[in-house]
Amino acid sequence: MNLFKALCLVLFLISQAAYAGKTFDTIKKRGEVKCGVTTGIPGFSVPDSKGKWTGIDVDVCRAVAAAMFGNPNKVTYVPLSSQQRFTAIQSGEVDLLSRVTTHTLSRDTSLGLNFAPVTYYDGQAFMVRKSDGIKSAKDLNGATVCVQQGTTTELGLADYFRANKMKFKSVVYEANDEVAQAFVKKRCDAFTTDASGLAAERTRFKNPSQYIILPEVISKEPLAPAVRHGDDKWFDIVKWTVYALLEAEEMGINSSNVDGFKKSKDPNIKRFLGVTKGNGKSLGLSEAWAYNIIKKVGNYSEIFEKNIGKQTSLKLERGLNALWKDGGIMYAPPLR
Amino acid sequence: MEERTPFWQDPKKRSLVYQGLTLAIVGGMGYYLFKNTQANLTKQNIASGFGFLSQEAGFDISESVIEYFSDETYGKALKVGFLNTLKVSVVGNVFAVLLGGIVGILSISSNWLVSRISRGYVEMVRNVPLLLQLFFWYTLFSEIFPSVRQAYNPIAGVFVSNRGVVIPAFESHPVWTWVLLTILGTVVVIVPLIFSWGKKQKEEFGIERPTEWIMAAALIFLPIIVWMIGGMPSKFEIPSLQGFNFKGGFTLSPEYISLLLGLVLYTGAFIAEIVRAGILSVNKGQWEASEALGLSGWRTLTLVIIPQALRVIIPPLTSQLLNLTKNSSLAVAIAYPDFVSVANTSLNQTGQAIEMVGLIMLVYLTFSLTTSFAMNWYNKKIKLTER
Amino acid sequence: MVYKFTKNPEKRTLPRMEAMAKWMKKNLFSTKGNTVLSLFLIAGLIKIFTPIFTWLFIDATWIGDAAACREGSGACLAFINEKFTYIIFGPYPREEIWRPALTMVLMFALLWWSKEPSRWSKKLVKWWAGFVVLGWILMSGGLGLAPVKSTSWGGLPLTLVLSFVGIFISYPFGIALALGRRSQMPFIKSMCVIYIELIRGVPMISLLFMSSVMFPLFLPEGVSIDKLLRAQVAIIMFISAYMAEVVRGGLAAIPKGQYEAADALGLNYFQTMRFIILPQALKIVIPPSVNTAIGMLKDTSLVIIIALFDLLSTTKASLKDPEWLGFSVEGYLFAAFIYFILCFSMGKYARRLEVEFHRGHKNREVNI
Repeated sequence: MNLFKALCLVLFLISQAAYAGKTFDTIKKRGEVKCGVTTGIPGFSVPDSKGKWTGIDVDVCRAVAAAMFGNPNKVTYVPLSSQQRFTAIQSGEVDLLSRVTTHTLSRDTSLGLNFAPVTYYDGQAFMVRKSDGIKSAKDLNGATVCVQQGTTTELGLADYFRANKMKFKSVVYEANDEVAQAFVKKRCDAFTTDASGLAAERTRFKNPSQYIILPEVISKEPLAPAVRHGDDKWFDIVKWTVYALLEAEEMGINSSNVDGFKKSKDPNIKRFLGVTKGNGKSLGLSEAWAYNIIKKVGNYSEIFEKNIGKQTSLKLERGLNALWKDGGIMYAPPLR
Repeated sequence: MEERTPFWQDPKKRSLVYQGLTLAIVGGMGYYLFKNTQANLTKQNIASGFGFLSQEAGFDISESVIEYFSDETYGKALKVGFLNTLKVSVVGNVFAVLLGGIVGILSISSNWLVSRISRGYVEMVRNVPLLLQLFFWYTLFSEIFPSVRQAYNPIAGVFVSNRGVVIPAFESHPVWTWVLLTILGTVVVIVPLIFSWGKKQKEEFGIERPTEWIMAAALIFLPIIVWMIGGMPSKFEIPSLQGFNFKGGFTLSPEYISLLLGLVLYTGAFIAEIVRAGILSVNKGQWEASEALGLSGWRTLTLVIIPQALRVIIPPLTSQLLNLTKNSSLAVAIAYPDFVSVANTSLNQTGQAIEMVGLIMLVYLTFSLTTSFAMNWYNKKIKLTER
Repeated sequence: MVYKFTKNPEKRTLPRMEAMAKWMKKNLFSTKGNTVLSLFLIAGLIKIFTPIFTWLFIDATWIGDAAACREGSGACLAFINEKFTYIIFGPYPREEIWRPALTMVLMFALLWWSKEPSRWSKKLVKWWAGFVVLGWILMSGGLGLAPVKSTSWGGLPLTLVLSFVGIFISYPFGIALALGRRSQMPFIKSMCVIYIELIRGVPMISLLFMSSVMFPLFLPEGVSIDKLLRAQVAIIMFISAYMAEVVRGGLAAIPKGQYEAADALGLNYFQTMRFIILPQALKIVIPPSVNTAIGMLKDTSLVIIIALFDLLSTTKASLKDPEWLGFSVEGYLFAAFIYFILCFSMGKYARRLEVEFHRGHKNREVNI
């Protein structure tokens, strides 16, 4: 059939040259990391009016690019809807999915993904209108709840109400900001998503003080970057990039003082910054990979505070996301 | 002689070669795509197949014709979505035909204003994307109606808020399902039977039977009989505000209302055009002849013109009915849980893209093919009676 | 033209007022029932349209910020004012906006020029080809212009690109499919029938889903196609099936004698099609294919569901600005207005062509 013939031809002409090797080699050759992000969640990944992306997920992409190329700007951001995200990473449309994605067993296995270490420990919560006088999620019996389609929160919502033998009505929207809009317009009594997401959306409301986030956190939502199965080398790089961000914070190294640490005598720091060679070679990167990450992007604490911390409109506490020695659960294995 | 014709000049052989080539290309393409997909799936360890249909879905669906809980299977969830699609497209098609028929007839009115207004509506609605209209109605609904606590109460027992319209209804009881099925069965099976019987009587024996009355009687009494057999449940629920929402009664969600309204207005405009063209296609002499016979305008229209126009109207009308059904898939954009929306959720939860998109296509193809067959059958019937 | 002469010559000689009275008598107040109906309708129209008109124009806030809009009781046209650039051009870099703007101006100018059938010539085709190249360079960069990735294309230009490129590319596919469907070769015929019916039987949304979540899996690992292009491919696949049916209608309208005459001349299939049948059939199908184009222009709005920034998406996105919340009606009306202008004028054009071609045919018959 002519159509297929032509279609075939078109596909061949426009598709980028088929590559023979692995993800790592392709990225190296391309000179850019293709990073799947959200279509816009403040603090995590959001474009400003000039198209510049910011957020904690974006900084993870930048850190990976800094490790690979020594330049954090070698990233192409691909905004993905929650429906498109998994196909996009599976098919190679993006190399790295850094898009508030919860690490779950089924995603790890049947979706063919490998999850890097968690970059933000989150949990599902509810936001309600202050005027409704709701104090606890247990008061939500019979409520209408707005939720985004196809997310783990949609499942968590149903589970929570079932477990507590409460009734509810869900209204399910395709996109996160539509959920928020419906909630503001009083289509529903409560809005549920990850606690951080609620805080992020609330900053965009007209009168943020009219809304409260209920204290109950009803699920575990460890948000982590993911790569597809099939290239362990690439997976290692993403994994250790995240660890490097944590390790730097633990060592007290940040973007402004990193140059000074280069003269440090501490063998751990020497190894970390590539003064003592070895780590870079094992990962297949330049020895300055960790130095580049910290110098050009910053450590975990810097990224956190810049995007979602106390000074930002999200005003999120470190909480679980503090380092292990500060009472959190963020912990990097030894970089050696 | 035959030996002298080279094979490329023999149409039969040439056709075989062309077809062989096409087969090879289509087959090759198909094989190539299949192979790639398979390689991609196995390499990344992505599950495939329809096994997930019997797994627990785990998500809630906001409205459902049958009872559904979040601990039931994906299969059941998809069934709920399917029934929701049916709910909006059957009701939508009925109203669209009514609206289109009325507007179509009005648009050939001799009253300039009437015909202009009808044409104006058709042009307005036809030239704006349906999706935009759906968004518009949905937004309008949430912006002009008050929140549930300040709900309007236009008639006793009826409440209108941005959570939808709540009307009093009989308390749910299995008998009501049977009553509904009886009505549907009467319309689909018994009414046509009475119709053809009446026709036969007229043609063979020349007796005019009061078929309209018999049909009306069947439509009224059969459901009542079923209701009586079922134990005559008559408990009536008046909705009242309890806690967050209205309890009791029957709720039409804003999603359903906006989708229905959008689909009916949009498809109605196209149907109006078809009806208008159909009526105009009938020879002018027919109008004059029936006027000469002393028939009134209305009787001319219903007895002379429309029966003839129907032959022109039916085929494009069918494709409009199908369009409405297909367009109901836009429900996903305004949060009505139709089949595509539920399939989309399942796709997100399971990641089984190929299976889900395949199912969506299969369901709509089934709709299309069934309607086409039904309409072909009907067309043949009309043709036979033409003589 | 013919119509002018058949008009009632009396009409022109009557004084204006009298003519109007006569017209009103005939069209509005011919019978008692009609008079009542007309008066009732006029009253109804005034009752409905006065508040709408007041809201939209008289009480409207034309300039100012959101606060000014909330104070006023009318429509917030300041919102359109504020968001105009974003709605029309989407996320295209602000400092390069003149490029899509120029492309659109050129396109509309060229469309305007090509609307007369008498100007249709090979030269015009060349002009269009030139425009496509120029438009591509303007939109995506090159020749000294900064490159702009297709991910930042948006708004009206994207809508126009998706629908017009879709229509033009699917035209040859449609012809091939239509010819295939009428072919004597059973395999080719059945393939074409299956394709056409399959595509026409499913909603466009399912094809867009396919382009967005399935296409990537069809390709060899590591090969990926731009999201916009995938949507474009889905749209082309979709329109082709509808185009095929339109062309089939045209082919069916060619009298059998034409085929027989071509056979008698000893022309083979391709010659018959190329020189005899298609030139006639394609002329017949121009008006209905303009109608298909209208349908497609509207249907491209569905790409919002796969997160592309067409005109409807940019409108919707601009409604989400927390500063300007609550002016959705204005936003949607504005987008609807743009779509309406485009589709309505195309529809009018299709009807004009239909009348013109129809007359052309009749004339020829008479001349012979």
